[in-house]
Amino acid sequence: MKYIDEFRDPVLAGKIFSEIKSVTTGNWVIMEVCGGQTHALIKNGIDQLLPDKIELVHGPGCPVCVTPLELIDKALQIASIPDVIFTSFGDMLRVPGSKKDLFIIKSEGGDVRIVYSPLDAVRLARENLDKKVVFFGVGLETTAPLTAMAVHQARIEGLKNFYLLASHVLVPPAIMALLGSPNNRVQAYLAAGHVCTVMGWEQYIPISEKYKVPIVVTGFEPVDLLEGILMVVRQLESGRHEVENQYARVVKREGNRPAQELINKVFMISDRKWRGIGTIPRSGLVLRPEYAAYDAESAFGINDLSIEEPTECISGLVLQGLKKPYECKAFGLKCTPQTPLGATMVSAEGACAAYYAYGRYNDGAAK
Amino acid sequence: MCLAIPGKVIEIFGESGLKMGKIDYSGTVNTACLEYVPEAKVGEYVIVHAGFAISIIDEEEAKKTLELWDEMAEKAAGKGLDIFGMSLGENRDKEK
Ligand code: SF4
Repeated sequence: MKYIDEFRDPVLAGKIFSEIKSVTTGNWVIMEVCGGQTHALIKNGIDQLLPDKIELVHGPGCPVCVTPLELIDKALQIASIPDVIFTSFGDMLRVPGSKKDLFIIKSEGGDVRIVYSPLDAVRLARENLDKKVVFFGVGLETTAPLTAMAVHQARIEGLKNFYLLASHVLVPPAIMALLGSPNNRVQAYLAAGHVCTVMGWEQYIPISEKYKVPIVVTGFEPVDLLEGILMVVRQLESGRHEVENQYARVVKREGNRPAQELINKVFMISDRKWRGIGTIPRSGLVLRPEYAAYDAESAFGINDLSIEEPTECISGLVLQGLKKPYECKAFGLKCTPQTPLGATMVSAEGACAAYYAYGRYNDGAAK
Repeated sequence: MCLAIPGKVIEIFGESGLKMGKIDYSGTVNTACLEYVPEAKVGEYVIVHAGFAISIIDEEEAKKTLELWDEMAEKAAGKGLDIFGMSLGENRDKEK
């Protein structure tokens, strides 16, 4: 298909590989923030084909992974309430809470439904006025405008039976938290193309300047990823640190203004806990007071839960690029995609799950 | 999760007060909300994430990326640089 096939062309990919090889002289650690890119890099074997001097580490931009266990447990509690229709994207259904997952709740009689678009949840509310319809909205800035539109639309239609359980995280505060850490190893970033589609890339300029890191907005196809890597390596080799846009066919400097406007209308920024990392200041979105009536957490009076994570899990270190998944003792043994212990194994986009699925079991295999 | 894919707008209509479109993803047709790309026209390609078009693909920019590499290829021709590409190609074939 147009705009996919050209960017998967192996001959073109080969050319970019050669170019990366010829420009690389130093040792560089590059982080891709987005879980979708992590998955694409590992699946296409790009990590293994790159020169040894380039190390890819995988960042925290997997919204399913970083959704706190407490919030998954809240979702499970709400989904078990008899007159509730609980909706979410398909990948949330098998994410385990501390005891169950949404599939189990469904098999126990809970009305749990997968929706393709948040607007499908609004339609369900419209068609089932005697039920309470909850949408579990999980995502980065890419997904926030979709959830915002659902809440906005429910309000316009005057629906009183639509609720949002929101877990929206923001990428720039997370990058800053990682770069500001004394343990930071990352020298350059591939910024997530679809996050920037919504938000634009201006907000990365101060980060690039402050921490002197190259940041390249990058797409998701093999050619995009390789070109993004080439662009950061060129910057690193020449000592530059700028924000560049590899994904210009989709991402504009200012992003998508109508989407940003609706995000700002419906949500406000708040501190946010990231599973595996901890609380990052001003890194999440919560409903504004004007939209409080749609807030599922307060509507269903679910109290704050507090849950202990398994101590052997090192996903926090994996998410910061300090450890590789195969360095975890539980990897592939106690912890698999069927029985995940931590954040980075719960979603196919998590680094541990990608390493497991594509056979990166040890150091030798990873390079 | 942030997976978003290109598709072609083949029809535009209204539903519950929202601008919607039918999008063709090489044969599979599905509905998407076009409120965030109000200027989208039939025949244009958009990037769709979970039922919402979030960007119109800029054909000029797409061409620029690809042409840049064509030029480089001409310069590199004869150097036999495609070995890495071949192994990536094998990977891809296995997936299909
Ligand atoms: S393999 Fe499992 S337990 Fe180990 S770091 Fe990854 S998610 Fe945590």
